[in-house]
This record gives sequence, structure tokens and C-alpha cells, in this order.
Amino acid sequence: MVKSVMCETITSTLASKIQSQFPLLNNHQNPLKLCYLDTAATSQKPHCVIDAMNEYYHTYNSNVHRAAHQLSARATVDYEKVRNDLVTFINARTRQEIIFTHGTTESLNMLAYGLESTFSAGDLILIDSAAHHANIVPWQQLAQRTGAFVKAIPLDQDFNLDLIGYQKLLKLRPKLVAISHVTNALGTVNPVSQIISLAKTANAITVVDGAQAIAHTSVDVSELDCDFYAFSGHKMYGPTGVGILYGKTEKLAQLTPMLTGGEMIKTVSFDNTIFGELPNRLEAGTPPISEVIGLGAAIKFMNQYFTKEHQDEEKQLLNYLQFSLAELDDIEIYASNENNLGVVSFNVKGEHHQDVGILLDQQGIAIRCGHHCAMPLMDLMKINGCCRVSIGLYTTKVDIDCFIDALKQVQQLLKD
Amino acid sequence: MSSFIPANERFLYEVESIENLKHKFAVTNNWQEKYRLLMLLGKSVPSISDEYKVEPQQVDGCESAAWLYHYQQDDKHYFLADSDARIVKGLISILLIMFHSQDSKTICGSPIEATFEQLGLLNQLSPSRANGLQALAAKMVSYAKS
Repeated sequence: MVKSVMCETITSTLASKIQSQFPLLNNHQNPLKLCYLDTAATSQKPHCVIDAMNEYYHTYNSNVHRAAHQLSARATVDYEKVRNDLVTFINARTRQEIIFTHGTTESLNMLAYGLESTFSAGDLILIDSAAHHANIVPWQQLAQRTGAFVKAIPLDQDFNLDLIGYQKLLKLRPKLVAISHVTNALGTVNPVSQIISLAKTANAITVVDGAQAIAHTSVDVSELDCDFYAFSGHKMYGPTGVGILYGKTEKLAQLTPMLTGGEMIKTVSFDNTIFGELPNRLEAGTPPISEVIGLGAAIKFMNQYFTKEHQDEEKQLLNYLQFSLAELDDIEIYASNENNLGVVSFNVKGEHHQDVGILLDQQGIAIRCGHHCAMPLMDLMKINGCCRVSIGLYTTKVDIDCFIDALKQVQQLLKD
Repeated sequence: MSSFIPANERFLYEVESIENLKHKFAVTNNWQEKYRLLMLLGKSVPSISDEYKVEPQQVDGCESAAWLYHYQQDDKHYFLADSDARIVKGLISILLIMFHSQDSKTICGSPIEATFEQLGLLNQLSPSRANGLQALAAKMVSYAKS
């Protein structure tokens, strides 16, 4: 049970102020009148992000790194500036450590392909049992191609990573450990620092999927000391179609490029090609330029609003959500109260998650239901899916109250 | 798995007429009544017992699972279909009311979309819904075509 949360202390004042910056959430402009509680799938975008992309297309649309003309020069400057902003945002060391991709999934695939030549038969890869498919399938495929094998780090009874089980697996000297910073299905925060430092004792490469963490907690890759960290723009108030692969320079340098072609080369002849330097070496072809520029605006937005106060308010709101849900009868809440971010997952006892999702949708409440692209976790939990409510900086107490009222209606309807 | 199908007599059940169904929906006053009706509808057609809820008969949907069996006698097509979710089962029942014990010509000429639109349920049929209903409808029609 959630304790010590007084409903009346939840103000969500900061969120209410921010909401006006999101055109889709602004009731006057939102034709669907949605109560949006599916931020973990993708966040809404503030005006500044949409405007930045608009401005690029309206005033300086051109390709980057081909600057014989002013348009391209400006596009390149703005594009590369975002790389520098990201260095500061996640506390990387140099701009070579920031690779633009199309999303977390591509970042992780890029790793699984890029590391292939360093794997051989019998190598062990440890993955997070609560991971989503993007941090499972690429490793499985790598294992199939190389003869390596994959083992899942067990979970304890609260579906947290079992650190004792993990340490036992480390004795098998895994070559790589891939985990989530925050899980997408349950919002569980993994003790990443500890997992990484333990992995180092076994000399394993460490990969962190930060897709669900990046918009809810400050990420410091230097402090985490992971080898790789992957995340997406669209989960942090930025556009879809852009992701980031952070890697330590010396680790990124070891990757075989998954994509080859323009932009990533130094010299090409019909006999041979010499690849260029980082970061371009891993960014073949025309990158998602408008998306990177939009992401730049999202970082600026986060720098302004992703303050300690806002983060605290978001956590309070999540507690309020858990508390309000726990007050209802016949609700099964998954994951612990203390140790999760952004997400509360639940089922109405005896009811199918999709029925709940559809009946909430009828009342304008947008949540996600299903297996959340984490089928192995659902198997471990012995459920075939669940409902997931997720929040962001713009979520208010009113949103949560609307959801709870709607859920009461759903329960009533399903009882009839 | 093809020999492992429910006995023929399991397929021989009756469904109400489509006119009757349309009338029932026409007199609902709000979304609650409509979805209540839908869930009741799901109870009016046979369920598939668990032993027959097997993967080869499964129609994929991300959010729920559905199963479909087909049996043909002369030119009449008989179906058993089920879902683990109640509303989807209700939606499937509408397809059964349209298709069950009909001949190929009727099934292939059935105005699926128009019917769902009349019932005010078109968006539940859309391919953007992860309930697999459209895949199920397509599979039923493909049985009638083959």
C-alpha cells in the first residue's frame, strides 16, 4: 500500500502551467478531448519542438555536412549544436560519443551488429528479464549468428532484478550485460550503477536501454560508467524518428558500422573504402535532420522544466495515482510503489486488460494495454497483459482524477 | 493440427438475424448501453473450449487473442470463434451473425464495414486497433473464397 500520501497535498501546479505549451493537451485545440495517459509510449510535444521543426522546413531545409551554400551551413550548425547539447544533457565527455540514430531500437540493433565480429561461439550475453523486445531480440539474433547464447537475469517476487541471481550469472563471465534503466512495462527503476559496476568485475560490456528513463530522471552516463546508453527523442518531448546511441569513444570505435554508404567514409575507390571518424562513421546517409533539430528544442525544454521541483511533483503525482488505484476494489497493481518512475501497471481482477482499455477509451482516457512488447516478463508474471497508465511533466491531478472516475465506470459496466 | 478440430455438431448453432441486431443497437441510448449489449452478444454465441484455443488457430492481435475454426457443409460455412476479451468476443459475434451458416456468395458480398458503421462500431474494426478483428474478418472471408 502507498502510505503517507495526502490527496490534498497534490497540487500539480507546475504541470498545469506547462500543459498550455502542449497544443494537443490544450482543450480548446484538442478535438478528441483526450485525457492522455500514454506518455510511456510516446510523449506529447510542446510548441517549441513543433516550431523548431517547422522553422527548419520553412526557412533552411537542406542537407547537412554538404555546405557549399548558406542553407546547408545553417542546417549543419544547428544539427551539430544538438550533439553538443546532448553531451551536456547526459554528461558525456566528447561529441564523438553521441551517435544519432532513428530510435532506441535502431541504437540497440546497431550495437548487436557492430559488436558481432568480437563475439564467438559460447560467449554469454545477459539480458534483463523485464526488458522490452528491443533489448532482447537483437541480442538473440546476435547469438544465433555467432553461436553465442543468451541468459535472462532472474527477477525476484516483486519483479525486480534479482541481484543475487545476477551475481551468480556473472561467475559465468558474460561478454555483455544488457539491461533497462527503467522498465517500460512496470516502470521499475533498476539499480543501474550497481549492475554496471558488478558487470565490470566480470569484464563485461555494459549496455543500458534508457528509453523509459530519459524523461523521468537525470541521466549521467559518466557517473553510471556504462559502455553504451540508448534512448529515443520521442519519449522526452521530442519528435519521433530520432534516437541516440551514447558510447565511450573507445567502445564506439570498435563497432563495425551497420550501415555503410555516404557520409560515413573518408575515401572511396572502386578497390577499397576507408571509413571516416566518429561520430560520422556510424551515421551513414542523410540523418533525420528536422528531428534532430526538434530534439534540440526538446532538450532546451527539458533544461528549463525538468527541474528538481518538476521531477518531485511528477513523483508525487505517480504516488497519488498508485494511491488512488489502490483505493479501488479489485485492482491488482504491479511493481513496487517506491521504486518506479512514470508508469503504473494494473489489471482489474478477473477482467481482460483490453476490455478495460476499450471502455476507458470510450470515455476519452488514453492508456496502453497489452503485453507492452515485454512478452517474457508477462510470462514470468503469469498474466497475458495488463493496463499501463503513464504520466509526464504535463500530467495533472485532474487527469488522474478523470482516469479514476472513468475506471470506476468501467468496473461498474463490467460487473453488470 | 488439422485433424484436431471440434466435432461437427459443435458448429451447428443458430445466430440471430442481422436486422434484429441492427434494431438492438439502434435503440441504445449511450455508449454504456452499446458496450453492455456488445458484451451480452458475446455470451450469445458458443465459446471455444480451452483445449481448442491452440496457436495454429489463433488470429493475432497485440492486445488480445482470438481463435477461429471453420467447417463447411455443401456450400454453407460454419464458424466457431472466440476471444479472451469480452468486447472483442462481442465484436466477433457481429461477424458471426453476418457470416455463420451463410453461403460463399453471401459472405463474399457482405458489407462488413457498412454494417459496423451502422452499429456505430467502425473504429473498432479499423486496422489501427490491435484487437485482430480485421484479420479475423479477412480470414473468414478467405474461407468462403477458397
